[in-house]
Amino acid sequence: MARVAFTANLQRHLACPVQTAAGTTVCAVLDQVFAAHPRLRSYILDDQGRTRRHVAIYVNGGRIADRDHLSDAVGDDDEVFVFQALSGG
Amino acid sequence: MNDRLMIGTRKGLFELRPARGAWTITKTSFLGDPISMLLADPSDGTLYAAQALGHFGVKLQRSSDGGDSWQECAAPAFAKGEPDDASVSYLLCLETGGPDHPGWLWCGTVPGGLFLSKDRGDSWSLNEALWHRPERKEWTGGGFDAAGIDSICVDPRGSDRIAIGVSTGGVWITEDGGGAWHPSSTGMYAEYMPPQRREDPIAQDVHRLVQCRAAPDTFWVQHHNGVFRSTDGARTWQDVSTIRPAKFGFAVAVHPNDPDTAWFVPGVKDECRIPVDGRLVVARTRDGARSFDVLTEGLPQQHAYDLIYRHGLAVDGTGTCLAMGSTTGHLWTSQNAGESWTLVAGNLPPIACVRFC
Repeated sequence: MARVAFTANLQRHLACPVQTAAGTTVCAVLDQVFAAHPRLRSYILDDQGRTRRHVAIYVNGGRIADRDHLSDAVGDDDEVFVFQALSGG
Repeated sequence: MNDRLMIGTRKGLFELRPARGAWTITKTSFLGDPISMLLADPSDGTLYAAQALGHFGVKLQRSSDGGDSWQECAAPAFAKGEPDDASVSYLLCLETGGPDHPGWLWCGTVPGGLFLSKDRGDSWSLNEALWHRPERKEWTGGGFDAAGIDSICVDPRGSDRIAIGVSTGGVWITEDGGGAWHPSSTGMYAEYMPPQRREDPIAQDVHRLVQCRAAPDTFWVQHHNGVFRSTDGARTWQDVSTIRPAKFGFAVAVHPNDPDTAWFVPGVKDECRIPVDGRLVVARTRDGARSFDVLTEGLPQQHAYDLIYRHGLAVDGTGTCLAMGSTTGHLWTSQNAGESWTLVAGNLPPIACVRFC
């Protein structure tokens, strides 16, 4: 089970505590999270399931390469971090 | 006079009430978050606030207790796998479905989707008839990277007739509640297009479209390159060349009971979007565009660089009280149809929309 954590800035809008989820890709892991927290999906992904432009997803310390399909691999002991990108004003 | 004024800004939602003759901020919500549009549904008193969260996308909030508490409801969204890969980036306008459809909401988005909710925002469906019109793919961005539906006018005589304004895509009309649409920009022209496409209905950049409540065949448009008026239900349009001191602008408001009275806030030109000579003025006609008054009392007349966005000017249900909010966070109201203005607040965030509720 991967560990999934979210930026504190997201907690302003809805509860999203650190949790664990099964899956071998970022997409699969997040799908499991969204199944339990349906509202969370639209905060992270756009209408087509792509990572929102101003959201950044990391697996351990590395930023994911496939922002559109979230196909980056995730291992059992990995940590998935969902952050806001440094943009806006 | 309406007794509540709602202001949507780059950094939150503000409610104002009249107190001892002056509008006063009485409530704030969503401080720090951008609000793109507001709506009060007269059928049940529900308030709606559209958010454009910089990182986390568009959201729609709903309040059943006058804004004391808010609950997130569904926001319009394109279906996954939609052929154009579309994703809603902004909720640009929001209107009710008319008195015969309580709880219905129409929402215009960027990109140019028109969505309908029949359940107070619990769910939304894309108007496929408009989205799949071949001309829709020719719509282009005007102010945003993609086209946006900025105005929805549900006819007070019958809610099946709806006119929408698109920036940039012209005016479109349905006579059957959204089952079929046709462009309706005849008479408009686009100075920013090649000569061959000057009168192309799809090329018309309708910054804002408004309809007179008491005389619904009269519409006014603030267009990218001028002002247009229709007196035949938005079927044909006449160029208004009498407006002063300039014909560029974003906002327009029409008197709810007098179709010949309308207000505009001119700017220099599209490539210089500031008031003429640094003097903020409101242009008002009371004779159907034969002439315009340039109203200045109470407005800054030197070094004013305020721009009024397309939803930043509103008139109340009586036609005597107006509100105007600017990109530099100034909010003015008028209690005498624009003859004079009072600065209500001067340090608000940039204002996207003002609405009497």
